Amino acid sequence: MPPAGIGVVRVSGQHAGDVITALTARPLPPPRRAALRRLVDPGNGRLLDEALLLWFPGPATATGEDLAEFHVHGGRAVIAAVLDCLAAQPGLRAAEAGEFTRRALLNGRIDLIEAEALGDLLGAETEAQRRHALLMHEGMLSRAVDAWQATLLALSARLEAVLDFSGEDDVGEGVDISRDLVGLRGELERWLSRPRAERLRDGIRVVLAGPPNAGKSSLFNALLGRDAAIVSEIAGTTRDMIEAPMQIGGHAFVLIDVAGLRDDSADAIELIGIDRARRAVATADVVLWLGEPAQAPAGALRLGAQSDVRSHGDDIDLALSAHSGDGLDALAAQLVARAEQLTPRPDEAALNTRQAALIAEASDAIADALSAGDPLLQAESLRVARGAFDSLTGRAGAEAMFDALFGAFCIGK
Amino acid sequence: MDFDVIIVGGGHAGSEAAAAAARMGAHVALLSMDRNQIGTMSCNPAIGGLGKGHLVREVDACDGLMARAADAAAIHHRMLNKSKGAAVQGPRVQADRLRYRDAVQATLAAEPNLQIVEGMASRLIVRAGAVEGVELEDGRRLTGRAVVLATGTFLGARLHFGLDSIEGGRIEERAATAMAAQLRELDLPMARLKTGTPPRLDGRTIDWAQLERQASDEDGWTFSAMTAGRRLPQLACFITRTNTTTHDIIRDGLDRSPLFSGAIEGSGPRYCPSIEDKVLRFGDRDGHQIFLEPEGLDDHLIYPNGISTSLPLDTQRAMLRSMAGLRSVEIVRPGYAVEYDHIDPRALDPDLRLRAMGGIYCAGQLNGTTGYEEAAAQGLVAGANAAAFALGKSPVLWDRATSYIGVMIDDLTLQGVTEPYRMLTARAEYRLRLRADNSGTRLTGWALSNGLISNDRRMFHVEHEAQREALRTIWQESDMSSKDLRTAGADLKDDSGVRRSGWDWLRFPEVEPSHIATLVGNIPLVANDVIAELGQDARYAPYVERQEQELARLRADSELRLDRIMDYRSVGGLSNEMIERLNKAMPADLGRASQVRGVTPAALTAIMLHARRAA
Repeated sequence: MPPAGIGVVRVSGQHAGDVITALTARPLPPPRRAALRRLVDPGNGRLLDEALLLWFPGPATATGEDLAEFHVHGGRAVIAAVLDCLAAQPGLRAAEAGEFTRRALLNGRIDLIEAEALGDLLGAETEAQRRHALLMHEGMLSRAVDAWQATLLALSARLEAVLDFSGEDDVGEGVDISRDLVGLRGELERWLSRPRAERLRDGIRVVLAGPPNAGKSSLFNALLGRDAAIVSEIAGTTRDMIEAPMQIGGHAFVLIDVAGLRDDSADAIELIGIDRARRAVATADVVLWLGEPAQAPAGALRLGAQSDVRSHGDDIDLALSAHSGDGLDALAAQLVARAEQLTPRPDEAALNTRQAALIAEASDAIADALSAGDPLLQAESLRVARGAFDSLTGRAGAEAMFDALFGAFCIGK
Repeated sequence: MDFDVIIVGGGHAGSEAAAAAARMGAHVALLSMDRNQIGTMSCNPAIGGLGKGHLVREVDACDGLMARAADAAAIHHRMLNKSKGAAVQGPRVQADRLRYRDAVQATLAAEPNLQIVEGMASRLIVRAGAVEGVELEDGRRLTGRAVVLATGTFLGARLHFGLDSIEGGRIEERAATAMAAQLRELDLPMARLKTGTPPRLDGRTIDWAQLERQASDEDGWTFSAMTAGRRLPQLACFITRTNTTTHDIIRDGLDRSPLFSGAIEGSGPRYCPSIEDKVLRFGDRDGHQIFLEPEGLDDHLIYPNGISTSLPLDTQRAMLRSMAGLRSVEIVRPGYAVEYDHIDPRALDPDLRLRAMGGIYCAGQLNGTTGYEEAAAQGLVAGANAAAFALGKSPVLWDRATSYIGVMIDDLTLQGVTEPYRMLTARAEYRLRLRADNSGTRLTGWALSNGLISNDRRMFHVEHEAQREALRTIWQESDMSSKDLRTAGADLKDDSGVRRSGWDWLRFPEVEPSHIATLVGNIPLVANDVIAELGQDARYAPYVERQEQELARLRADSELRLDRIMDYRSVGGLSNEMIERLNKAMPADLGRASQVRGVTPAALTAIMLHARRAA
């Protein structure tokens, strides 16, 4: 832990208020207002620091519990002394990694989606990652799921009214909810058709491919700005895959250098490398092809390497030179353009694989409901869909459906 | 007098509890204030309905008495939801009030292990935290190892007629106030609920010709699998409607309604609102249906279903007379509201045993439910378990995956009640498996292994199972094309000759068991209800299989026992609200913990980790 201007120490739980009074020997300051206080170790009466402190009474706090924050001077010794003193207070212990978030989740202050997003926010390295994590943490997907769940609950209530209160008072014999289901399913499918969040978090996979000795490793090093791969005149120098993370224009990429592709190698190790290279090309988001343009894999960006010493035909997309740096800016611009297609738009929340699988489950269940004529089977399919949404965020249970049902219908003989 | 089990109360819960305990082999006393009132239907003269009909069939599958008593008294049959899937069809009968009561009393009288004791319970005899019996008002003492409290609305009950209110459980009967005080002293969690009943009408003053008629179902279904056929002549029900004049009269009387004057503090059911509630909450509706139901063959009393009220008598008369057919109707008994104490059922274990004191079991309206059927089902559970306890056997536990009874017991003991609890099919996640027509297949074999089944029922069940298996084999081994089925009369499209077994074809809505029978021929003698039941099994098979998988997944996670958690404050990170609810419900395993209201998946993870650590 490097020294810093200030250090913030947070205490969460039922003893948070006691700790403030114990260390300041004064009553609690007004809630949510900064107060300047002398912190004294109650064990030995020694002054620890002069600090700003904040008192947040639960449950409307970040963790849902009583919360105290000490803003102390940021020297290592100061923070260590404060932490030692706090650890000696009755009922207090050091927080485990992620424990404040876990408590917020347990106490229902945030849902699972927001907790995931908070993890992403703390881990964000690029501007695009930060913006997206913030969107999710602020509940963009949670709000959407809540709205879908509310729609489903209302539709389920209409079905259940027909099933459980048929003929009672103003409940009719049948109900047609297909139009609402088509609308809801369309919205789920729109979310599912968007790029996944993993590309944003893990980076776009860019594979440098081509025959041996085509200058892949030189370009790899030039793009990274360091000598990460061995470059030599000997064909087949690169045998295994080399991956390196890279940022361009606020986007995360993973640049991958692979063995040159050729069919006539007798070297067993090189053959394994070539096999891996083919697989990397198949799963790449972007392939940079340095070889005969006609042999480029479909969708690859065809590069003309060594443009400082060679001229290329017009069947390439871009000419460049790792040696002189010509064309590298143009390549970077192309990569950013591809990234913008492959990652969520800045204002658009994207799903991670877990979220997408659950939304797909809900969408499939709604499709089942649409094809079932029997309201009983429709209700069963909607129950499955509600379960998928519950798994996404938290749990609603049958009681929420009854609230929707009894709010909407006058029921009872 | 010494017994194994003492049942306090002779309503639907108490009668069923007494019969179940006696079937289990316990020596049983049934304590009632008036032996002639045992089995009385205090509100509507009907048994069954959606969800409720399932409960009656399940009680019957465990050899209980309600279904047979209903058959003996049925004067109008209606299968609700007949046009919908079998899983939500609900059998319902109008029952002749006197014949129903007589049938219950006759069944109880025929039970050799059971003695009816007339008297008023005044207090429980308690020693060292366990019950030892019941003391009566006249000083007599009944001793026994287990006591089932099935006291209905008689605990601390108060009746409201307009702004007048009196102590009492049912009209013209007394409330069990002394025992209510004792239960309150035991510091049991108690709360108050209200319910209501409509006025009773003199049928001779109704102009029937003006009203829409609803005839009894023609097909001969009965409630109990053991009933051979219908015995009584069938009567019709009739339908009238409230109108804007009725609603105006009700609004004018609201200032004299105890519901709105603040005199009633308990909450009433949302699904059985008083007419005052309906008019107030759904003021935009221009009318509400009222079913006029006969109370008996030799009785001119009519029960107007849908107009439960506690308005003053003059308003009741005026609003009734504003409706078609009722212009000159006479009220025989006014409608009223009842407020009563109930135990928070989260204080009970899944065998309906009170956790706070050994040997006490609770059933029926006392646990915050409404309805004869819900009461009877709990009576069965409490009676069977009180007997098991008294005789040193293991508890008899109904499972929510295989019965509505299990759903209800789970809901009550884990979630508690905020309004009188009524069974609804939507409460059962595994609704497609839990049909009214397969209750015997689901439960009788299981109940037999728990000692609840008499010999007659056992023999019936063995035959039923044998027929089911024989027919299933024939269906599964048959082989036919859509063309074959079309010749047999099924309205199927031509699908290029795919061949399937009859069992697989039955999942197509166009295919009926009769089509298969035409093609297969030579089917051994199988009862019609076995054919119908197995036909529905085949129809829903794909969905039921999916639910089985879901259930298996759920079971794997949810079987983690939580017995070692004594206080949820010891589980880190739960909110105070969750701690309070979990401490009240004390779920036995993780699956049940997940049903406690407001418990989040994250909280379940914390509970799971804690339980694993403690193990």
